[in-house]
Amino acid sequence: MAQVSMTVNGKPVTGDVEPRTLLVQFLRENLRLTGTHVGCDTSQCGACVVHVDGIAAKSCTTLAVQCEGQSITTIEGLATADGKLHPMQEAFRENHGLQCGYCTPGMIMAALDIVRRNGHELDEHTIREQLDGNICRCTGYHNIVKAIEAGARAMAK
Amino acid sequence: MTANGIGVPVRRKEDFRFITGQGQYTDDVVRPGETRAVFVRSPHAHAKIRKIDVAAAKAMPGVVDVLTGAQLAGDKVGNLICGWMIHSKDGTPMKMAPHPALAATTVNHVGDAVAVVIAETTAQGKDAAEKVVVDYEVLPAVVDPSKAQAKGTPQIHPDVPDNTIYQWHLGDQKAVEAAFKAAKHITKLDIVNNRLVPNAMEPRAALADYDAGNDSLTLWNTSQNPHVARLVISAFVGIAPEHKLRVIAPDVGGGFGSKIFIYPEEVVCLWASRKVKRPVKWTSERSEAFLTDAHGRDHVTHAELALDSNGKILALRARTIANLGAYMSTFSSSVPTYLYATLLSGQYDIPQIYCEVDAVYTNTVPVDAYRGAGRPEATFVVERLVEVAARQLGLDPTDLRKRNFIKNFPHQTPVIMSYDAGDYNASLKKAMELADVKSFGKRKRESARHGKIRGIGYSTYIEACGIAPSQAVGSLGAGVGLWESAEVRVNPTGSVEVLTGTHAHGQGHETTFAQLVSERLGIPFDSVSIVHGDTDKVQFGMGTYGSRSGAVGMSAIVKALDKIEAKAKKVAGFMMEASENDIEFKDGKFTVKGTDKSVGFGDVALNAYIAHKFTGAELEPGLKETSFYDPTNFTFPAGCHICEVEIDQETGKTDIVNWVAVDDFGTVINPMIVEGQVHGGIAQGVGQALLEGAVYDANGQLVTGSMMDYTMPRAHDLPSFHVGLTETKSPSNPLGIKGCGEAGAIAAPAAVINAITDALGTEDIAMPATANAVWAAMQRTSPKAA
Repeated sequence: MAQVSMTVNGKPVTGDVEPRTLLVQFLRENLRLTGTHVGCDTSQCGACVVHVDGIAAKSCTTLAVQCEGQSITTIEGLATADGKLHPMQEAFRENHGLQCGYCTPGMIMAALDIVRRNGHELDEHTIREQLDGNICRCTGYHNIVKAIEAGARAMAK
Repeated sequence: MTANGIGVPVRRKEDFRFITGQGQYTDDVVRPGETRAVFVRSPHAHAKIRKIDVAAAKAMPGVVDVLTGAQLAGDKVGNLICGWMIHSKDGTPMKMAPHPALAATTVNHVGDAVAVVIAETTAQGKDAAEKVVVDYEVLPAVVDPSKAQAKGTPQIHPDVPDNTIYQWHLGDQKAVEAAFKAAKHITKLDIVNNRLVPNAMEPRAALADYDAGNDSLTLWNTSQNPHVARLVISAFVGIAPEHKLRVIAPDVGGGFGSKIFIYPEEVVCLWASRKVKRPVKWTSERSEAFLTDAHGRDHVTHAELALDSNGKILALRARTIANLGAYMSTFSSSVPTYLYATLLSGQYDIPQIYCEVDAVYTNTVPVDAYRGAGRPEATFVVERLVEVAARQLGLDPTDLRKRNFIKNFPHQTPVIMSYDAGDYNASLKKAMELADVKSFGKRKRESARHGKIRGIGYSTYIEACGIAPSQAVGSLGAGVGLWESAEVRVNPTGSVEVLTGTHAHGQGHETTFAQLVSERLGIPFDSVSIVHGDTDKVQFGMGTYGSRSGAVGMSAIVKALDKIEAKAKKVAGFMMEASENDIEFKDGKFTVKGTDKSVGFGDVALNAYIAHKFTGAELEPGLKETSFYDPTNFTFPAGCHICEVEIDQETGKTDIVNWVAVDDFGTVINPMIVEGQVHGGIAQGVGQALLEGAVYDANGQLVTGSMMDYTMPRAHDLPSFHVGLTETKSPSNPLGIKGCGEAGAIAAPAAVINAITDALGTEDIAMPATANAVWAAMQRTSPKAA
C-alpha cells in the first residue's frame, strides 16, 4: 500500500492505495465520487475524463499515485457550492446534449478543455475534431456539438 | 397546450443529476460487505472442459470463494432460455440447446464463462482468476453462418443437427414463383448484414444481495426490463421464487436492446451471493462486454424483386441465414423472423412476398435484438432492391418508389402486418425539398472539380413498433404478453407519482411522461414524478424496447388517468353537493356545469384522502388507479432519409456531407427528445454502414474485441443532421403515438449504401464501407480512378 495525497474539488484528501490503483478507482471507490465513469478499458471512450491541475486527463489511464500533490477536478466539482451550474453543464441541459448520461461527465470535462485550448468561439469542425477522445452512443453528437458551442460562448460572459 | 404539455420541447427533468455527476448507475450502488465477482472465461471458441483446478486460486489473498459450472449444475440452477418459440416449416419446434450460466462440460464461444472468483476486491479477484487452471480439449469451431449447415462442419450442440435451430418461412411460395415467372424484370442482390456490437457506454453490471433473514434476494442490474428479468430468473432459472426476488434497474447508461436480455452474470451473482452470504457485484469491462453482450444483425441474404414493364413491383423473395451465435439469447429467435420478414413489404404495395430463414448456431457470442432488431435488416433488403431496380430500369429511384407506395389505409401486406396510417409521399416530398435534391447535379459537378465523387441515396423505411398486441404476438410464438402497466398515485397534497412498467435508459421518460400527466391533470410539471425500474415499487411491466414506451406505456398512463378523472369527479361531486354527471374537468379545475362553483385538483386530492365529505359506503377513500393497456395493433412509423456523400478518389474515404430525415412518428410529445432519438439512431446506422463490424477469425477469436479495433462512430465521423417531421396519427392508441427510438438505425444503412453505390456506379460493396472497401471497389470498377 502507498499513501497518496491530493486536492479533489478543492478539498485535501489522503488515502492508502495499492500502487496499481487507477485515479478513477481512487475517485470512485475511495472517495465515492461516482460521477466519473469507466466506459472502456483501452483509453478510448473518455467517460473518465477529469482535470489534473486544470488539464483534461483520462483517469482510467492515470495511476492515483501519479497525482500526488496535484489538484483534481471532477464533474462533482463544477457547480458552485450553492448549486449554481457551470455554464457548460447548463448548456448540455439546454441543448439536450445528453441522453443516458453515462458519457456526459467526461464530455463536459473534455469540453472545458477544448475551450481552454481553443477559446470561446468554436466552430463545428473544431469541436468535432477535438472531441476525438470521447465516445457517445446515444446522441449522434449533434446536440453535444451544439452544447459545447453554446457553453463555450456562455463561459466568456 | 400547457407550458410543459404535449408538443413542447421541455428540458429534461433527469438531466440535473447526470450533468452534476449524481446519476446512480448499478456500479455506483454499494452494499455493506460487498464482494466482487471476476469471471474465468474460455479463450477457445469451442472446447471440452476436461478439468478445472481452483485450489491455487482459492489460496490467493482476498479470495472468498471460487465457484465452477459443475457446482452450478450440482445446485440445479436452471438454464437461460429463449422466450419466443419459432416452428420450422415442417412444424417442428426450434432446437434450443441448453445454456448454463457457467459452462460445466463444453465451452461454445470465446468468453463463455467456466468459473467465477468471489473476492474482496476486483484486483484480488483478477489475480486469483489467473490461477484457475482449466484443462481444455480444443475442438474445431465454426464462425461463418453461411458454412454452419454444411456437411462435415463441426457440430456445436449434440441435439442440433447441422447447427440448424429452425428453418422457417413466411408467405405464399407458389404465388411468388408465379409472379416471378410473369415478371419483365428481376433484380437480384446478395447481402451481408454485418454483425454489430451494441456498446452502450455503461458496461453491464449486476449486484446481488442475499438477505438470509428473509431468504430473499435483491438484484441491481443494468436492465431495460427488470420485471422480465425477475420472471425469467425465477420461473426458468429457479434462483428464487418471484416474491422473494427484487430486481432494481437504477439509472441505466444506454441499452439499444443489449440490456433486454437475461445474462449468465446476473444469475451467477445471485447464486453466489446466496452461497457466500454476502453481496456480490460484477461490473463488465469493455473487453468483456465485446465477448458477452449479445451482438446484433449478422444475416446472409439472397433477395430478389420482380417488376413489370411499368416499374410496378410484383413480388419479393428473400432467403436468409441468421447467425444466432453459440446459444439462443432471450428473444433471439424472433428477430430474424417476426421482426424481419414481416417488414419486407416496406412502404410498397407488393402483392406477393416469400421469405425463408434458417437460424444457425456458430461458435460466436449470442446474437439478439439490437436497435431496430430485424427491421434494419428488412429495410436494407427492400431499400437496396428498390434502389438497384430503379437504376437497372433507368428510372429515378424516387419515381420507382412513388409508383409503388401504399396510398390507401388500412393496408394488409402479404406478410402479416396491417398498416393503419401513413403518408409516404408526404415524407419523401418534404425530405427532397429539405435535401434540395433539385440542385444535386450542380453539387456533384462541384465535387468533381475537387476530385471527389458525390452520390445521393434514399431510404424510405417502415418499421413495426408499439410492440405489441399480446394475442397477436402470442399466436406468433411469444412467451409473454406485451401490454404495459401504469399506476397513477395522487398524493393528498395533489402531487402525483406515476409508476410505469417501462424503463428509461436515455429516452427521457421522466420528462415526457410528466408532460402528459401535467397537461391532462392541469397540475405543475414539477409536481409529477415518474417511477420505474424497481419490481418492489412497480406492479409489473414489460420494459422498454421496440420503440414501445410511448405507444404502449403512455397509453397505459392515459387509461389510468381516465380512471383518476372519473373518481375525482365523484369526490368533487360530494364536495360541491352536485351529481358527478354534472362535474366538468378542465385545466385542473372541477366545475359544476352551468354554475361558477369549482374546486381545484389539489382540493379534490386532499378530500379524496380525508374522506370527510363522503362515507366509505358511498365511495372508497383515496385517489390511486392502475391500468394494464394492451395495444390493438402494432404502430407503423415511417419516413424518408436522404444521405449525400462525397468520396475521396485518392483514399476511398466517404464523408457524409448532408443528411435529411423526415419521419412520421404520429403524435410527438417532446420534439427535442424525438429529434435526439433520431440523431442517435442515424449515428448507429451510419456506424453500421461505414465503420462498425465484428470480425471473427476462422478459429473463433473476436479480432475486433475492443474499442481500439472496433470502430465506434466519433464526432468527426458524422455531420449535423437535418430532421423534419410529418404526421399521421396512429389510430391504434389513444395518443396517436407511433414511436421514434429505432427509426434512425433502421433507415440509415440503406441510405448510406445507396449513396455510395450511386457515387461509385457499382452495387458491389458490403458494409462496413470503410475507406479500404470503397477504394477496393473503385479499383474493381475503374482501376484508373486512383
